[in-house]
Amino acid sequence: MIPPSFEYHRPSTVEEAVGLLSSLGSEAKILAGGHSLLPMMKLRFAMPEHLVDINRISELSGVSVVGDDITIGAMTTENAVIADPILNEKVPLLPEAAKLIADPQVRNRGTIGGDIAHGDPANDHPALALACDAVMTVVGPDGARQIPASKFFLGTYWTALNEDEILTAITVKEFPTGAGSAYRKLKRKTGDWATAACAVVVALSDGSVSHIRITLTNLAPTAIRAHEAEAVLMGQVVTDELIKHAAEKAMAICDPAEDLRGDVEYKTAMAGQMVQRAIAEALSRAN
Amino acid sequence: MAKQTVKMTLNGQQVEQLVDSRTLLVHFLREQMNLTGAHIGCETSQCGACTVDIDGESVKACTHLAVQCDGSDVKTVEGLAENGVLHPVQEAFYEEHGLQCGYCTPGMLMRSYRFLQENPNPTEDEIRSGISGNLCRCTGYQNIIKAVQSAATKLQDKETASA
Repeated sequence: MIPPSFEYHRPSTVEEAVGLLSSLGSEAKILAGGHSLLPMMKLRFAMPEHLVDINRISELSGVSVVGDDITIGAMTTENAVIADPILNEKVPLLPEAAKLIADPQVRNRGTIGGDIAHGDPANDHPALALACDAVMTVVGPDGARQIPASKFFLGTYWTALNEDEILTAITVKEFPTGAGSAYRKLKRKTGDWATAACAVVVALSDGSVSHIRITLTNLAPTAIRAHEAEAVLMGQVVTDELIKHAAEKAMAICDPAEDLRGDVEYKTAMAGQMVQRAIAEALSRAN
Repeated sequence: MAKQTVKMTLNGQQVEQLVDSRTLLVHFLREQMNLTGAHIGCETSQCGACTVDIDGESVKACTHLAVQCDGSDVKTVEGLAENGVLHPVQEAFYEEHGLQCGYCTPGMLMRSYRFLQENPNPTEDEIRSGISGNLCRCTGYQNIIKAVQSAATKLQDKETASA
């Protein structure tokens, strides 16, 4: 399988890339790691006339810290996320989850920004971004703007990115002191997308929950945050009963697409299991 | 339309070629450079039979454009042996029967070659996750794991000997 013909462009700066997107219009697509786009092009699900390869824009890779803001360049690969000492110390949820994405070779190419900008509900970083209260920096012809993760994912393959904009960075806050986090992902095999997955970040104050995020992958048209499930636990001393109750609230908002991984009932049931396990694991890591 | 010139180091040799933008690296290697070691298995980045080394990283050549390799250092299974002497990883796969039909073998070799540089002294679990992007439908993986373990020992012995 060979992708359809296209013109290849390799800008060396973000400005140049944005300029190309502006002049080429809707027929241009950004090529990041290419492990979603190239397969879609082979299948003719995507047939862009122009590919704008941003792999050589070095300013788009790497992790930096300013105050308690941790900024991850959009072209930082999954393997770089896994290996990054700052992320492992301050936002360990991201490296933990990145290990569950695809396989070693794909993680050398796949990027955090590509995973987010693709808008695929099966990708893992959208739910992680929601769990981390991430803010996306996007750059277009009029300069940069910031979009919180909660307003970024609009639908399947649909994000708040305009056609002439590039996602350049993802900024997250260092987790609250003593916070615990976990990502639980049920998948059939290495390299598969989630049948159901859940990210949890939790912090305790005097034994009660003072901060909680519960977010879900591949269980709705976009990654979603389970607000009502969080409300069950917020301010409480967590018990097994409460965890079950929170999982029921999360299951109630699941709207997964039936596919070879299972039907709606099965995926929703597995969502409940992943939520319970992720909460329990995150709590065990909190202090 | 859309031809591009790419220059790369391929198995230690400088090459300059004209390629279609849409040409995948695996097709460039096999059809344009006559290097048929990297195999086309699934074509969807699942199986790893097309694994090659690009700038010191394992990459699936079915999901990478040849034109993206401009300026890169690319190594395929043809570049593993030196002066007719098998690389320790190849030797280990041969001795431990780390293959049956052989279709996955170039990818297994290239991934093992890179993995043992990333992790020279791996546990069995680390080997299994290190080669989790490579599928073998014959061996059940047991002898592949043994081969990687044996290659690790060979490479370490070699390093000790040259130290």
